[in-house]
Amino acid sequence: MNGTARVLHAFPGGIHPDEHKTESCERPIVGAPLYERYVVPLRQHFGNPARPVVKVGDTVLRGQRIGAADGHISAAVHAPTSGQVTAIGPRPVAHPSGLPDLCMEISADGRDASIAITPIDWRDLAPGELAAKLAEMGLVGLGGAIFPSHVKLEPAAGGIHTLILNGAECEPWITCDDRLMRERANEMLRGAAIMRHALGARHLLLGIEDNKPQAVAAVAEAASALGLPMEVVMVPTRYPSGGGKQLIQLLTGLEVPSGKLSTDIGIQVFNVATAYSLYRAVELGEPLLTRIVTVTGQVRAPGNFEIRLGTPIEQLIRLAGGALPDSRGWLVGGPMMGFELSDTVAPVSKGVNCLIATSDRLFPPRPAALPCIRCGQCALACPVGLQPFEMYVHARAKNFDKARRYQLFDCIECGCCSHVCPSHIPLVDYYRYAKSEIHAQERSKRASDEARQRHDFQAFRLEREKQEKAARLHKAAAGRPPATADDPEAARKQAILDAAIERAKAAKQGVNPRNVEHLTPAQQQQVAEIEARRQHAATEQDT
Amino acid sequence: MLNALFVMAAIGLVLGAVLGWAKAHYRVEGDPLVDKIDAILPQTQCGQCGFPGCRPYAEAIAKGEADINRCPPGGEAGIKQLAELLGVDPKPLGEGLVSKPKSVAIIDENTCIGCTLCIQACPVDAIVGASKQLHVIVADRCTGCELCVAPCPVDCISMRIVPERLDSWKWRYPVFPIRPVAATLPAKGAS
Repeated sequence: MNGTARVLHAFPGGIHPDEHKTESCERPIVGAPLYERYVVPLRQHFGNPARPVVKVGDTVLRGQRIGAADGHISAAVHAPTSGQVTAIGPRPVAHPSGLPDLCMEISADGRDASIAITPIDWRDLAPGELAAKLAEMGLVGLGGAIFPSHVKLEPAAGGIHTLILNGAECEPWITCDDRLMRERANEMLRGAAIMRHALGARHLLLGIEDNKPQAVAAVAEAASALGLPMEVVMVPTRYPSGGGKQLIQLLTGLEVPSGKLSTDIGIQVFNVATAYSLYRAVELGEPLLTRIVTVTGQVRAPGNFEIRLGTPIEQLIRLAGGALPDSRGWLVGGPMMGFELSDTVAPVSKGVNCLIATSDRLFPPRPAALPCIRCGQCALACPVGLQPFEMYVHARAKNFDKARRYQLFDCIECGCCSHVCPSHIPLVDYYRYAKSEIHAQERSKRASDEARQRHDFQAFRLEREKQEKAARLHKAAAGRPPATADDPEAARKQAILDAAIERAKAAKQGVNPRNVEHLTPAQQQQVAEIEARRQHAATEQDT
Repeated sequence: MLNALFVMAAIGLVLGAVLGWAKAHYRVEGDPLVDKIDAILPQTQCGQCGFPGCRPYAEAIAKGEADINRCPPGGEAGIKQLAELLGVDPKPLGEGLVSKPKSVAIIDENTCIGCTLCIQACPVDAIVGASKQLHVIVADRCTGCELCVAPCPVDCISMRIVPERLDSWKWRYPVFPIRPVAATLPAKGAS
């Protein structure tokens, strides 16, 4: 129950940027009023986007499923309030690309009527069954990775011995998990107990950075009140201790091998906000409809807000008192891993944990990059133990294979290397570029392999058809009795054929209309006049 | 002296026998180089290289009859991969060839007469339809080779560039906006 019992193991590298947590962590979580319009993106999670299951014009209730999970790695989306579906189409979303994505617009009717919700009796359910029920609830990892939670709660092949709750919240400025643990520790831990039951884990650990003593106290108190056997472990404040693999290393000393998952070494990690939402989904039967978002930086009233998914971000900004005059733009996520928001009409989605109003004072523009001097600072800062300067050289030269050989895909894009680079090189931008190029190449490789297969099959099919036709003709020829001169039947058929050929030849030589024989003189006169006119018209056209 | 010669000759004979056996036993059917080249080519089967498909072009490259820069859909990346495989220097795309953005063919439903000519032209069986029935191109299967455009007697097939979507979006190569450091350049000879 105390933070000193466990021996901690450091992960390599890491940095300690200015925390900037006090701006937003002192105010309690503020609820949001009901708005008139919500825009619910169908892609709010890792994996396939949800499939719409309601039509434009349909009336929906709060908590009603409006998008069904499409495939295994996908999650459902739900209506944030009651009202009418007014449109289904591309709308701006919070994404680094700034591209629009398929969204459902819901106009609220003001009643906020809910569907009938029933709690799930999880104690009697086998672990696999609980995971299946959660797939309907739209639960995803709320720490930022937005991976569908039901997939992580399925019984792993090797079994899970340790469940780790991630309350490190290592990224500067963000305080939503801090506030959640301070105010709702009880519910969060009850969610964690369900997770532990589903996974069959023996140990339950909660890692919190030591800059959140109140959260540690609140969780420890709630744990003893619930009688939940668990360890609340304070970890040193060092970015990126909240990275899943880094937290595992800190708490257990085990390193997740390259290309493997934490479940391969018997550990599963969930964010504390996910545990809280799971509690609501299971004990209250309510799907994921809201999340807590930190709004901070250059705003009048920074704080944490519990907001319905689908609320336009501009409404959230208004809740925080609006941006100060010298603000420059908006960051979604933290300053280390977040991205610039292109449009504030984009809605709050499951992955939006923080919104920061930037200014030149708080976030001075990055100086122009200078050449890499191979000082190795980035390698010292890398929490995964990679050689960022080598990956940079190859990514910059578009030598993706070589970048890959330096374990590009083990990079967690935490931004430590870019932060410490004395030449101000935006290293992570190069890794992201290289990764997405490699993914695109793999996609086109798959497409071309399929095209080759189809082309080969077409060649095979054409050849087969040719052979089949030849065989058919051959068979038909063999089955026909040979024609003989003295067969009267054959001679008769031949005569008919010859006559037909003669007629065709005659038809080719000149058209003999049958209806001009036996005409009266008057009719002949008429025909002659028409012919004359036709000739006249033809000559006129020629000249 | 004689012993040494004898031993050397014996070693030579044994090794020769092993090599001869290995050649027969580990014989490779077909030309593995052609397969490797073919794996790099984009399989649009468009014939822009001057060969009737990707495989014939791969065979020509393997024989040294064709240059590696004749494939516009493969683009710069494809040329680079071919150069790496064959151990030659990469070169720009051949003269008269232009690399176009990825497109797919689309049939105008109001004009199509159902003549099946495009179906016969499609190298990857990506067009669905029957005689006197409306034809449809399966966009996911279309390689954008444009071979169906010319045979259409009513000109109802057009190429449409595939727009960038969220799931096909790529991070851009990092570039920095150029900012002026001084408002005006100092006049020449002003010092």
